[in-house]
Amino acid sequence: MALLEIRNLKKSFRAPDGSITTVVEIPAFDLEARQRVALSGASGSGKTTFLNLIAGILVPDLGSVVLDGVDLATAKEAARDRIRAVSIGYIFQTFNLLQGYTCLENVLLGMSFGPGSDRGRAEELLRRVGLGDRLRHYPRQLSTGQQQRVAVARALANRPKLVLADEPTGNLDHRAGLESLALIREACTESGAALLLVSHDREVLAQFDDRRDLLALNRAAHAQEVAS
Amino acid sequence: MVRKSLRQHLFSTVITAFSIALAGGLLMAVWVVKDQSQAAFTGVNAGFDAVLGARGSKLQLVLNTIFHIEESPGNIPYADFEQVRTNGAVRVAIPVALGDNYLGYRIVGTATNLFTDVEHSPGRRFDLAAGRSFDPGLREGVVGSFAAERLGLRVGDKFKPYHGLLFDPNNRHDEDYVVVGVMRPSNTPADRVIWIPLQGVQLMTGHDPKNAGDLSGVLIKFKDTSPLTARQLDLFYNKQGNRLTFAWPIAQVVAQLFNKIAWVDRVLALVAYLVAVVATGSILVSIYNSMKERRRDIAILRALGARRAVIFSAIVAEAAVIAGMGMVAAFAVHVAILTGVAAVVRTQTGVVLDPFMLHPVMAWAPLGMIAMAALAGLVPAWKAYRTPVAENLVPQS
Repeated sequence: MALLEIRNLKKSFRAPDGSITTVVEIPAFDLEARQRVALSGASGSGKTTFLNLIAGILVPDLGSVVLDGVDLATAKEAARDRIRAVSIGYIFQTFNLLQGYTCLENVLLGMSFGPGSDRGRAEELLRRVGLGDRLRHYPRQLSTGQQQRVAVARALANRPKLVLADEPTGNLDHRAGLESLALIREACTESGAALLLVSHDREVLAQFDDRRDLLALNRAAHAQEVAS
Repeated sequence: MVRKSLRQHLFSTVITAFSIALAGGLLMAVWVVKDQSQAAFTGVNAGFDAVLGARGSKLQLVLNTIFHIEESPGNIPYADFEQVRTNGAVRVAIPVALGDNYLGYRIVGTATNLFTDVEHSPGRRFDLAAGRSFDPGLREGVVGSFAAERLGLRVGDKFKPYHGLLFDPNNRHDEDYVVVGVMRPSNTPADRVIWIPLQGVQLMTGHDPKNAGDLSGVLIKFKDTSPLTARQLDLFYNKQGNRLTFAWPIAQVVAQLFNKIAWVDRVLALVAYLVAVVATGSILVSIYNSMKERRRDIAILRALGARRAVIFSAIVAEAAVIAGMGMVAAFAVHVAILTGVAAVVRTQTGVVLDPFMLHPVMAWAPLGMIAMAALAGLVPAWKAYRTPVAENLVPQS
């Protein structure tokens, strides 16, 4: 059984004018444990909504999202929160670090919702991403690349089975982006986590053997593209 | 999370906690002043069981002769003093005569057995810290501790009394009095008085010679605490006679004063309650107004796996912690208010209030304020609870 099994997934939103727009409509998508997949997706392809559905942040209108044997589409909110805290590491395009917390505290806080805070592991992870001397720095005191690395450390802190990365290099310059990507891949390999990365950067996508086109997977995005 | 949030909103946290401190301090102070002053006033009898005076208000008589804060209802002949003094049930009878002051502090004529025969509280007499008691035949005075401190009078100092109970520099008597003793603090209204021989007041120049033998009242201590003898005197003076007033028991008479001003207590309590409600409301407003800027943080926390209940509890806890911090500071506010009030009460009446005395309000007020703050926190907590994660986390693509 695959780590992640998605079937007949559909998600729509109601626009302010009352019209309903389908953003995600994916018949099937699977991801095995330790597998690393890059999804290419331009703006409007529904990539963030897709990742939020996998993370249990959004609930699909139809279909199933089975992660590690649990269907997030039917699971109660508390169960989805728990799975997100324990089994999923999420690297956001805008990093989403808590500005009032230090690097170390950002990582520790993520751990506190999962298996529990482990200061030693948090410090080790931050040292691993090259921030051993920035433990007590606040995000605003770090460069964009350093903030990205804190986000990577936080995503891996709970030893997740699946790491979701939404345009992880989108806010970085070329060199920093490639360094960050290498770090994410390496960290996932070391921890045995599967990686699902979405990006519209061809150079980033080229780093992956397994590449899929979200526009092709997502019928809703495909239909919009055809219509436009 | 709560600690971090408080630090992130430090300014509003401090301001809100300060308003809680003021409200909580005021609330506690109102209660403590009310109860302590009532207990202090009804507990103060300066060692006497009853007061005999001219026909009139018992309360006025007690306030005048025991607390030294009211006008005299009138004078009584010296013979009435002799009559009650020789009553078999009376252990001590102390005559007092008022009518003069020194720079606003009352001068009371009395007998020397005030210093030897009276226990103002069990086992404690009106002792002297310096000097000796006055000679009844000389122009000498013994100054209460508070009056001595305020007037700067010491043994050997001289002073000229002023006529009347209120200080008027134009009404100075010619006689010179010498301070021969200063009393130890008794924490009774006697501390605010300058005691001189009875004849000193009675024969002061300018006083009406026709009233030279009159007294303002007689302070009475019974031989036993049985109310039977007191009831007999009560019947004799108050019911059968119509010339004198027998004020007994003193505590009950003073309690009438508090019954008369009970509405003031209720108004003060109402104001304190309203201030407390407004202060806890400020917590609601403070946190609620910050919810917009917190939405992203809440969304991030939820994306990291924090349950809604955790977010909800954190907001409620934050409100409670602000109230808790405020109530800690409220104790300082309470002590400051009590210290000020105690100083005024002591200056005006000689009754001593203790700013540090414990009171049940010091338990229920903080608990009540924290509970109210937690209730106030439910509103922003509900808003936080309902914060949509995805739309506050990243823009939809």
